[in-house]
Amino acid sequence: MIALVKGAADRVAPNVRIEEVSKDFGPARVLDGVSFELAYGEVHGLLGHNGSGKSTLIKVLTGVHAPNGGRVWIGGTQLPLPLPPGDFNRYGIAVVHQALGLVPSLTVTENLLVRRLVRDANVAINWQAAHREVAGLFAEYGLTFNPRSMVSELSPVERALLAIIRAFHEISQSAPDRGGLLILDEPTPFLPQDDVERLFTLVRRLTERGTSVIFVSHDIDEVIELTDRATVLRNGRVTATLESKSASKADFITAIVGRELHTGRAARPPLASEVAVTIKGLSGPGIPATDVTLQKGEVLGITGLIGSGYDHLPYLVYGARPASDGTLTLGGTEAPLAGMTPARAMQMGVVLVPGDRQGAAIAESLSVAENMALPALGRRIPNFCASGSAVLAIARDLVRRFDVKPPVPDMAIKGLSGGNQQKVVLAKWLQSDPALILLDEPTQGVDVGARQQVYEFIQQAAEAGACVICASSDHEQLETICDRVLVFSHGQIVASLSGEQITKHAITERCLTSVEGTLDQPKDA
Amino acid sequence: MTSQTTTVSSGAEKPVHRGRHNALVQLERFALIIAWLGIIVLFGALAPDSFLSWANFSSIFGSQAVLVILTLGLIVPLTAGDIDMSLAQMLTLSSMLIAVLNVGHGWPIAAAIAVAIAVGVLVGLINAFFTLYFRIHSLIVTLGTGTFLHGVTLWISDARTIGGIDWSLVNAVIITRFLGIPLSFYYALALAVVLFYVFEFTSLGRKALFVGRGREVARLSGIPVTRMRLSCFVTSGVFAAIAGVLYAGTSGSADPNSGTQLMLPAFAAAYLGATAIFPGRFNPFGSTIAVYLLVTGITGLSILGIDTYVQDLFYGGALVVAVALSQLVRGREESLT
Repeated sequence: MIALVKGAADRVAPNVRIEEVSKDFGPARVLDGVSFELAYGEVHGLLGHNGSGKSTLIKVLTGVHAPNGGRVWIGGTQLPLPLPPGDFNRYGIAVVHQALGLVPSLTVTENLLVRRLVRDANVAINWQAAHREVAGLFAEYGLTFNPRSMVSELSPVERALLAIIRAFHEISQSAPDRGGLLILDEPTPFLPQDDVERLFTLVRRLTERGTSVIFVSHDIDEVIELTDRATVLRNGRVTATLESKSASKADFITAIVGRELHTGRAARPPLASEVAVTIKGLSGPGIPATDVTLQKGEVLGITGLIGSGYDHLPYLVYGARPASDGTLTLGGTEAPLAGMTPARAMQMGVVLVPGDRQGAAIAESLSVAENMALPALGRRIPNFCASGSAVLAIARDLVRRFDVKPPVPDMAIKGLSGGNQQKVVLAKWLQSDPALILLDEPTQGVDVGARQQVYEFIQQAAEAGACVICASSDHEQLETICDRVLVFSHGQIVASLSGEQITKHAITERCLTSVEGTLDQPKDA
Repeated sequence: MTSQTTTVSSGAEKPVHRGRHNALVQLERFALIIAWLGIIVLFGALAPDSFLSWANFSSIFGSQAVLVILTLGLIVPLTAGDIDMSLAQMLTLSSMLIAVLNVGHGWPIAAAIAVAIAVGVLVGLINAFFTLYFRIHSLIVTLGTGTFLHGVTLWISDARTIGGIDWSLVNAVIITRFLGIPLSFYYALALAVVLFYVFEFTSLGRKALFVGRGREVARLSGIPVTRMRLSCFVTSGVFAAIAGVLYAGTSGSADPNSGTQLMLPAFAAAYLGATAIFPGRFNPFGSTIAVYLLVTGITGLSILGIDTYVQDLFYGGALVVAVALSQLVRGREESLT
């Protein structure tokens, strides 16, 4: 590996040069003069928080976004920017996204050759030859897939390997001599450690022919292990390009988090020291066995890296996804979590604001009032004689209380902005004065102004005595609203921050170091 | 409700504009009735003697009650997001059961009707079981069960028409008139009123609507989605069975095939009805009006001496036009907001 890098460094020109790439979304500058280079055969890490600009940069390289400025060269050819969509393949660029883009119900061969099968005018596909070709390709990398098996039969890592080989195959078709650029966008978070090794081995094999790799990841250990160098983005700017082998983990964390000052949380009234919610032995997909207790009026943040399992917790507690074990104690009642259903949870005073607003929180084709009134049916609104005017009356009051704009309950909800839709969702659930509020990414797709209001509604509910569990990958948000933050890794709580300890940077730092699992507070206190 | 919706979305505009907009929305709600009146005026002018007779209208109202009830049965699962293609075959089976039990086995008519309705419940349960337990699309399931039911109908009837059903049924359906219209019309109207009440004024109706429009939203809001969908299938089975009872009563006989032709008209009426009264929603009164609009058009054309193929032209064309119209209504709603 190192020899390769030296060899590459001997060449005069680098393979990939990214120069001064900038991108604005409206008034916001999300990429600000980003520049770095990749040698032939180099594996280059790309790190940064959510919102640091990693995804935007990749979208510029693949023609999804038109940059406001900048130049990109690959193998001595300057790319025309913006790149026409779909054209990036022609310049020897291929991307493997986290979702992999495989069709599970088709065979390995069909998935691998999909582009060719679609592009060429095929009148008589020679499947024998195609399967042989694919088997040969795998053999080259020491892999033994049956080309005829369905992708759905493959293990997660085998799927990832297949997706990478497919991407690489596309590069070798468009840049037959050497070079090309393979972008791996967080391929590892759902893979166990051994499988990650297999994936790394394959990536190293691919670089032998001079292809450069951009490896996007949240996991510093993986970046140190796999990459030659790594570039760190923060707020759209390159904060450092580090030699992975000589840099320490602390160097990376500093580059990612920066040295900004504590932004200061809103002063919170002291909590009544009265345990109001106990979740005991919660187990389910992504979470082995977790205990969490909340005090009356506490806002608890839960977070972690992608794949760490924290985001399952609200759904398991609410019964939206089946938990295998555990109990929930709330207001003197203990309920088993294994048989929990949303209806039962609602009865206990638990509500869930799901992260997928369009799919799970609102019915887009119905009105604001109808969406708001849904949980009130059969409660505040009687089962019979539930006239439209009763629904409207409730909604009119809620629309005012939650400052929905425009304040018109009978307009179609899809006409509202994301922030106002979220206010409707909060109104829908907070109207019943719940005892436990479960939130998943409560401000996703919510504009800055409405975001502040969402925080206020959460705060008000907590002051009125509700417990809040907020799953979020937005660490600034957690800093702003939480009394305590739990950091998850592999489904376990590995750190607990409270009071003054809760800063955006401390949370991010704990997330990044959590992979080792060597923290002082392993259990929820 | 909708009128206010649009008022709001154009809230930024000048009041004059808004008023005109409001008028347009009202026009849309009643466009189907206006179109119906237009058809009546047109054929009335072309064939005043035969078309504009009370006998003609009374027969249209009476005989098409069957189609109205079938359409009402169809919009129940449609509201909850499922399609029931087996309804027309259920209707045929129901009328044939009555004929076979009443005429062939000498059962009292009330018992035969009770069996027909019980079979309607059973068919609804079977449709629900395959759709919900095996997670197969309802379209496929009901296409299969429908054909199966038709097979049963042919089997129990030896593929023959059976006449001579108890006169009391015929009497109660088509002979007895109130205000000059056969009672069957009022049965259909009563069911439409009940369904309207359930859809509009009970939480059950709201829940069914949410199950259809956002299944995951409904589930996370504590609505028993599976039970709701099952209830809708059973309701549609029962409605089809009731339609079958009226079908047997309308002619005093049951034939194993003609009823199966009613599926497409029911779809046409359901979608056409969704463009009126509460545009964008399947609703009972819109459906009822749509049935009579379609039938009036067909009756008018046949009175003018045009061949029977006109039925297929009319229903087939109406279904496509109706779906296109309801798509337009949706598109317009989106562009407004």
